Amino acid sequence: MKNLRAIPLWPAVRHLLLITGAVVLLAPFIWMVSTASKPPEEVFSSELHLIPHHFALWDNLKVAFAKANLWRFLLNGVIVTVSIFVLQVLIALPAAYALAKLRFLGRDTLFALVLFGILIPPQATAIPVFLLLHKLGLLDSYAALVLPFTISVFGIFLMRQFFKSVPDDLVDAARMDGISEFGIVWRVMLPAAIPAVTAFGIFSVVAHWNDYFWPLIVLNSEQLRTPPLAVAHFRNNEAGTNYGPLMAAAMVIIAPLLIAFLLAQRRFIEGITLTGIK
Amino acid sequence: MPSACGSGPLSDAATIDTAVVATPAARTPLRKRDQRAMTAYGLVAPAFTLMLLMLLGPLASVIALSFTDYQLGAPALSWIGLANYQEMFADRVFWISLRNTLTYVVIVVPGAVTLGLAIALLIESGTSLRGLYRTIYFLPVMATLIAMAVVWEFMLHPQFGLVNGLLRGAGLPAFSWLQDRNTALYALCAIGIWQAVGFNMVLFLAGLVSIPKQLYEAAEIDGAASAWARFRLVTWPMLGPVTTFVIVISGIRSFQVFDTVHILTKGGPSKSSEVLIHTMYTEGFEFFRSGYGAALTVVFLVFVLLLTLIKARLADRGVQTA
Amino acid sequence: MAKIELSAVRKSFDGTEILKGVDLRIEDGEFISLVGPSGCGKSTLLRVIAGLEPQSAGEVRIDGVAADGIRPSARNLAMVFQSYALYPHLSAFDNIAVPLRMRRLSAIERLPLVGALLPSRRRKERGIREDVAGVAEQLEIAHLLGRKPAQLSGGQRQRIAVGRAIVRQPVAFLFDEPLSNLDAKLRVHMRAELAQLHRRLNTTFVYVTHDQAEAMTMSSRIAVMIGGELVQVGTPADIYDNPRDIRVAEFVGSPKINILPGRIRDDGRIEALGFALRLTSATAPGPCRIGVRPERIELGSGPFSGHVVHAENMGSEAFVHLGVNGSDARLVARIDDPRRLPPIATQVSFGFATDAVRAFDPEGKRIEVEIEHAERVRERAIV
Repeated sequence: MKNLRAIPLWPAVRHLLLITGAVVLLAPFIWMVSTASKPPEEVFSSELHLIPHHFALWDNLKVAFAKANLWRFLLNGVIVTVSIFVLQVLIALPAAYALAKLRFLGRDTLFALVLFGILIPPQATAIPVFLLLHKLGLLDSYAALVLPFTISVFGIFLMRQFFKSVPDDLVDAARMDGISEFGIVWRVMLPAAIPAVTAFGIFSVVAHWNDYFWPLIVLNSEQLRTPPLAVAHFRNNEAGTNYGPLMAAAMVIIAPLLIAFLLAQRRFIEGITLTGIK
Repeated sequence: MPSACGSGPLSDAATIDTAVVATPAARTPLRKRDQRAMTAYGLVAPAFTLMLLMLLGPLASVIALSFTDYQLGAPALSWIGLANYQEMFADRVFWISLRNTLTYVVIVVPGAVTLGLAIALLIESGTSLRGLYRTIYFLPVMATLIAMAVVWEFMLHPQFGLVNGLLRGAGLPAFSWLQDRNTALYALCAIGIWQAVGFNMVLFLAGLVSIPKQLYEAAEIDGAASAWARFRLVTWPMLGPVTTFVIVISGIRSFQVFDTVHILTKGGPSKSSEVLIHTMYTEGFEFFRSGYGAALTVVFLVFVLLLTLIKARLADRGVQTA
Repeated sequence: MAKIELSAVRKSFDGTEILKGVDLRIEDGEFISLVGPSGCGKSTLLRVIAGLEPQSAGEVRIDGVAADGIRPSARNLAMVFQSYALYPHLSAFDNIAVPLRMRRLSAIERLPLVGALLPSRRRKERGIREDVAGVAEQLEIAHLLGRKPAQLSGGQRQRIAVGRAIVRQPVAFLFDEPLSNLDAKLRVHMRAELAQLHRRLNTTFVYVTHDQAEAMTMSSRIAVMIGGELVQVGTPADIYDNPRDIRVAEFVGSPKINILPGRIRDDGRIEALGFALRLTSATAPGPCRIGVRPERIELGSGPFSGHVVHAENMGSEAFVHLGVNGSDARLVARIDDPRRLPPIATQVSFGFATDAVRAFDPEGKRIEVEIEHAERVRERAIV
């Protein structure tokens, strides 16, 4: 009897709590858009207002694009993340197939190394990898941004687990049809693994689009900057003076991923939570 | 299967390979096996070369480097034993940095985990607008942290920021958050929690969904009349593995905190927000003291591996009880 | 011990009606089976009785008290789920103890650390331990109490689930296909055990199953549900011999009852496969369907002839599949002695006694028939 009266109340409480939380969580985004739409005199006013009196988003965007070569930085982001992902797949998939479906001496040792590799946080190897790139004369180049991440032990692990679930019969059937082992990887396993590869791709692209630590270390030239580095430099140059354009630039940098996320939420959440497996 | 054996010409490599394998191997199965093993090595070779070069080699080097006095650009290096570690343990900055990192972890992990769990439970407790809430709470995870850190910086601006504006509006004292040595670290913690909550929420949601509905019905029939009793009897124990998992993941991520610190405070004011990775970055990449930076890395590694070990232990236990 | 009365119970999900007005009176201490094809609403009906789903309309009364709005936990019913729904993190002992702890311990006594220190909790725990031990002895599971569900076999889990249900002596037991996750052999064994358990406890059992054999072998009464309605309620023998509806006739019995095309002639006589039977009906003339159970088909003589299409030798008995000559009808006959199995493709004649005939109208409703003349016992169909 008691809960009969509680029933209409609970959904209201639930929504109230969740909306309150959502407002707090979204506050930075709202504030960012609001500030990006304000002219300087409104930004530098102690009086709080969300809706700008004069809508200045376009002006701020214009300033942002004029002060920094944002298109170039976005393009750098695309070049770097796509190269990393493509190379990761090219390198990880054959290895994952071999580990999952072929028998050879040392397989278990190699797989143990993969599992061990997953435990190593990227910051741990930064100094030696930096020294290596220095020795090779590759610092301050796209190669420096891409090369260290071409090997994804996590990708190998993920794909191996997926390939394990592909029936052996499918592989044997392909062999009977005369497809080589190398051909099986690309013509049988890859098509079967598209969902897993997509999830991994989202994980990889998001991680490297947002990465700040590594580009900060290896880059010097302005024209190679990745989006996060671009925001950081914009902020360092303009701090305290030009918040409107700075917020506009921040909007531009987070927009591609956010839009992609809103378009394919389920896939993105799936991909990002892959790190959970790590 | 359908698209697997689909059209498209055989690649050159594939044709040649088949030709080589197919004809003689039919009569000598032994050679066929050798052939396949060779192919296997061919398939794993690029991955493992790169793994040695970019992961395992560097890992070994970082440990080795920590016993040397190497500096970037120096013509030679010498073995100096534990000198880097001695210097580190004698350095006040290291201890501040370690304490700050631990403080950060101890605040962000419980905060982000309990909030993540609470939000997940709230979302699952009803049916309406589930997808919308999940999307909203996940947004901070997707947004480039550096860009959002810059936004936070302005939100926390002593004069024109939203936070102080609201505080003043409520008649409360305002702070100069990131510029104040008493609040800088906590402001960073808040950003850390803000960013991690959605991630944890999604993991908890997945855990909640996988709890069989019949267990709740059994609990109801067994007399667990209140929501709290059902939470204690079913939800909490069933979420056990997910919870330890989320705690460890959050712990490892918090240990790696760098982006917000580097862009917002540079460890300041007066080292009040200095954290391990930031110290390592400063020593290794600003002063180019590679050896000393390597020693700091080793300390960081020890903590992260310790957490992973705990996770592995708990996961083993989880498997037994599940 | 409880009487459960359902009157005009309806339930719809998203506009589709799962239960279309169910009336059922379950007597105190009876073992009733709700049986029907999957999707017929039998599980939903059980969940309505349990209180896990509120009915859309109608009333559920347990021992004369309207149960609407009473939480499942307060109805004092026990339920055994298809998946057993054992708490995977608790040992078998703790699983069985849960309903007792939930009922006997207060919220404070149940608290993880604080609760254990209270003297009252310790006293009550002693009682709980005794009760669980008693149940374990009854079900012969004492040696399993320390194990977690994952360490138990399907049959053992099933027993733990039953133990959890009987430990608190509920007024009635609800079973939702409890045997369907067991292998065939164990299932037959557990049927006997459950029937014995019912005799020992002498409490109301409501048992949902899609397996008519389970229903036939265990229950005192069977309620056949089809398409959200109770089509027939009766003893197993009654349901088998006297189906009120062709769907009941077809659902109960294995192999299925043979249905032959028939007709009621203008003079009231009934024909099967074009042959007039010594049966008449008062129903209006027109087409009808004739049902004959496989064990009532007699091979070797009779007015009909067919050819053997397929034969199944079960060892102790055999089934012969016949194609009827001059018709596309197929039927199955049971022979007690497999040594007399006719070879495939041979021609056989067959017939059946008039009292084996169950006639149904085109809608599937049973038609009352009258046997002609005085010689009613074991009369062959006439030529």
